[in-house]
Formats: sequence, structure tokens, C-alpha cells
Amino acid sequence: MSELSVDPSKRRFLVTMSSAVGGVAALGVASPFVLSMMPSARAKAAGAPVEVDLSKVEPGMLLAVEWRGKPVWVVNRTKEMLDMLAKNDDKLTDAASENTAQQPDYCKNPTRSIKPEYLIVVGICTHLGCSPTFRKEIGPADLGADWSGGWFCPCHGSRFDLAARVYNGSPAPTNLVIPPHKYLSETRVLIGEDQGAAA
Amino acid sequence: MQKLLNWIDERFPLTASYKAHLSEYYAPKNFNFWYFFGSLALLVLVIQIVSGIFLTMHYKPDAELAFASVEYIMRDVDYGWLIRYIHSTGASMFFVVVYLHMFRGLIYGSYRQPRELIWIFGVIIYLVLMGEAFMGYLLPWGQMSYWGAQVIINLFAAIPLIGEDLSIWIRGDYVIGDATLNRFFAFHVIALPLVLLGLVVAHLLALHEVGSNNPDGVEIKKLKDPETHLPLDGIPFHPYYTVKDILGVVVFLMVFAAILFFAPEMGGYFLEANNFIPADSLKTPEHIAPVWYFTPYYAILRAVPPILGSQFPGVALMGVAVLIFFALPWLDRSPVKSIRYRGPKFKIALALFVIAFVGLGVLGILPATELYTWIARVLSVVYFAFFLLMPWYTRNDSVKPVPERVTTK
Repeated sequence: MSELSVDPSKRRFLVTMSSAVGGVAALGVASPFVLSMMPSARAKAAGAPVEVDLSKVEPGMLLAVEWRGKPVWVVNRTKEMLDMLAKNDDKLTDAASENTAQQPDYCKNPTRSIKPEYLIVVGICTHLGCSPTFRKEIGPADLGADWSGGWFCPCHGSRFDLAARVYNGSPAPTNLVIPPHKYLSETRVLIGEDQGAAA
Repeated sequence: MQKLLNWIDERFPLTASYKAHLSEYYAPKNFNFWYFFGSLALLVLVIQIVSGIFLTMHYKPDAELAFASVEYIMRDVDYGWLIRYIHSTGASMFFVVVYLHMFRGLIYGSYRQPRELIWIFGVIIYLVLMGEAFMGYLLPWGQMSYWGAQVIINLFAAIPLIGEDLSIWIRGDYVIGDATLNRFFAFHVIALPLVLLGLVVAHLLALHEVGSNNPDGVEIKKLKDPETHLPLDGIPFHPYYTVKDILGVVVFLMVFAAILFFAPEMGGYFLEANNFIPADSLKTPEHIAPVWYFTPYYAILRAVPPILGSQFPGVALMGVAVLIFFALPWLDRSPVKSIRYRGPKFKIALALFVIAFVGLGVLGILPATELYTWIARVLSVVYFAFFLLMPWYTRNDSVKPVPERVTTK
């Protein structure tokens, strides 16, 4: 071994180590860029609750309001509409609202609402995020004679009943989401804040 | 002049590069119609970059201003309508050209050994192009822009565990909004075009390293002139194929101009009617469909029912439908490359594949009815069978003998 001989294992070690350290440094440098793409403080702050006056919503009508950039529907269901809900149960994927992620506990009931007539639901299809169309008519030609009112998603054909529960065989896997909401008075509701224990 | 050239050549390989890639790049002498689309894709890339640069001079990537700024370009900017229509027509024509270019690869076996890397670079270009087109489509901030992006970004949310956070990271907000538009603009005008250019260079360098395939699928480098060591069946790219490609360019530009001036919206297929309505986060259009070049994959997505309460299988299958092109060089076990010498099994399989791809494309535009969904399911199976059964039907096919040299008919 002369003075000038090369020790390849030492070289390999140095190359491996410096590559590894360099790789860690590259990850560290990349992280602020990656994280800069997360919602900004302003975007996070924008989710303020929305107040709705229910007296504006006539029976059988739907009012769409914007909450966190999403459409939220306030539907005043008639007595006939509510009576029909139970008949759908065996055609639904999750009739009893067992999936706890889709509604607050105080809306885990047959009408999926605090007050039976007022359904408050996020109007975004749980499939791929389109906003379904309100089809309250009974048995229209395009949806079939046994259609008892609800929503039809134009994008991929998901169907929901008037409690926003998804029908079997729809591309959407779950019922529509009921947002947290609470009643401020008989006719005023605040969307975006949970109500207390008293349901 | 010669002195100047020498001065440069001592410092930069100008003449050497010109020779290596043009005047002394030997391409097979039997190129036909299908060989126009590579150079045409390069032409469309240039058209898109140039028209895009001029659009950014007037466009505003802001959710409040974007829609109006596009209308401003269309109405108030001198020739703005022309530049914008060039860009929108160019987007669709890019996919026309790329799909034909890929089909050429399929029929003549251009992806086979030793051209696997050319094919892989090509598929990556195709993927980046899809991203580029998708992000560009959000920028006009119309109803189709908004809801199309909503659906596509929600595809990522379907990925188990990380999906929800991933989709928020992509949007930069909990819903599609100004942050999304702004970042898509950044990706569309700078990030992806840079990646695209790099990939095109890699695609061409790989091509010029191994040499072009041809309609006979024979390697022209195998038979060389004993004295000059040049391929017997090769001709210099310049002037022979530059002149041929100029003919292709002229015909292509005639078609391009006809669309541009007489049917820039192409009946709603190049520019969808709903996109002339500003984005409204509260109302989805009655019928939404992606632009025509994405519809085959969209039809596959819709064809898969949710499994175990998750739409992930459909999303995954759609992803696989695109990514499976990468595997093509290893799925094909035929002893011959070109369709000219292949047997009936491959020809039938390819015909079925074309029917499935076009059929899925048509179904992706139509609304999802029960009948159409079932047809889409059958065609999706055909689509995947073309790839997955390829190792068997290509190996057992009755092939014809391949000639030593290229043929010219």
C-alpha cells in the first residue's frame, strides 16, 4: 500500500453519508414550500357561522345559503313529505343514520333534523362534491314512478330522499352531511355552531 | 461566415448538434402518414406557449376578477379573441395529435425494446399534459371550470386515510376558491410547462439515441453500408423529413384555422356552454361532463359502483387506466413489432380497444343512465383486457415473416 492508494470503502461511506445528510436537508428545505400550500390563516378564519331566518322558507321550499363556501340547504318539509320518509327505509343505504360522521348526534333521528320539518344539510354530494338538484315532485318521468321527492346529483346520478339519505345503488357512499347548527329562537337558526346538550 | 461558425464551434457544439439531430440523423425511409404527429405535437406546444404568454398579459388570476378578465380579453383586447381561441383550440388539438401519436406507437410497436424509455417519457408527457389541461381549464372560472375541478380534486379525497388532508392541501382551502385558482395559475403557466419542455427534450434525446422505429418495425441500424457505415434504409432527417413535415404542418394549420375561425367552441366540445356562466359555488350545472379528451377515463370512473361505502375503487381504476400505459413495453410478447406482420389476435384486440376507448369517450359525455352505465362497464372490461391479456394473445398469435429491409408501397 503506497501513500497515494485509495480506500474505496471510506469513499463509499463518505458519499453515502453526505448524500443522506443532503437528502435530509433537501426535505427540510422543501417543507416550507409544501406547507405554504395549506390553507392560510385567512382561509381558516373564514368559516364563520351563518344565521338564517326560517320564516322566509315557505312549506315545501328550499333556501340555499353559503357557509364555509359550501351551499347549505334549509328545507321546510311539509307533513306529506315527512310522512313519506319512513317508506323509503328499506331502499336506503343508511336509513337509521348509523354513520356518525354524517350528522351531529342531535340529528341522528328519522328526519335527520332538530325540528322535524326543517332539514338543514350541506348541499354537497358525498360522491365527488357536486351539488345535487332539488327534485321534490313525485314520480317524474326521468326519475321513475316510485320517486317520492329528494335530490338527484346531475354529475353521477346519486339519489337522496327528503332526509338527505342516500338510496342503494347510488355512486355516493354516504348520506349528505348535516352541519352543526342550533336554534337561536323559534325562527332563527345559526349554522356552524353546535347546540348544547338540550336537544 | 465560416470563421464565425468555427469560432462558435470551438466553444459550443453548434454544427455537431445540427448534424446529430437534423442533417445526419438517419431516419427510416418508409415513414408514412402516422409519422406526422410527433412534429405536430411539437408545433402545438409552441403555439400553446406563445398564445399563453400573450394571454397572461391580460388575464387576472383572482376569483373576483378571473371570469371578467377572460371576457375582457374576448371583447376589449385587440385580437384578444383570436389569441384566446388559438389557446383553447390548441388545447384540444394537442390531445388530438397526442392520441394519434400514441396510436401510431401502438400499431407499429414503437414502445418495444429498445424504445421503452421513449415510450415511458411519452406517457409521462401525456400525464403532465392532462394536469396542464385540467389546471388551465379552471382559469376562466366558469361553472364548468369550477365544478369540473371540484370533482377532480375530490377524486384525491377518496384515497383512504390521507385523502381528505391531501385534497385540502391541493385546494389550499376547504373549498375551491381564490387560493386554488391562484396556485393552478402558477402551475399552469410556469411549473408544468417547464416540466413538459424537459420531458420533450428527454423524449427526443432518447429517440435520437436508439433511432426511429418505422411502419415495418425493422431495425435499420442492423444493415449498414460497408463503406459509409450509414443505415441502408436511412435518409437524413433534414432535408427529407423536414420537408415532409412541412406538408403536414400546412395541412394541420388549415384544419386548425378552420376550427379557430368557424367553430372555436366546436359545438360545446372544445369550450363548454356552461363555462360562459361565472363560477357559482351554490349551484352545480344540470349536466356536467369533462372536456372530451378526459371522457374515456371519466366513463370508467362512473362505471364502478362504490365498494364497502367508498368510491375509492372507481378512482383507483381510473388512475390505473392511465398508468397501465407504462407497462405496455413489457406486456407485449409478440416476436414482431409492426401490425403489418402481426396475426389476427392482435388486430382484433386492437380494434376492440379502439372501440372501447372511443365508446367510453362518448359515454363520458352523455348523462349516466342505467343502460349507459352497463355499457360503460362492459367497455371498461374490454379496455383493461386489452392490456392484461396482452402477454397471452401476442405470444400465441400467428405472425408473418418480417423482411430484412423496410418496404415501400
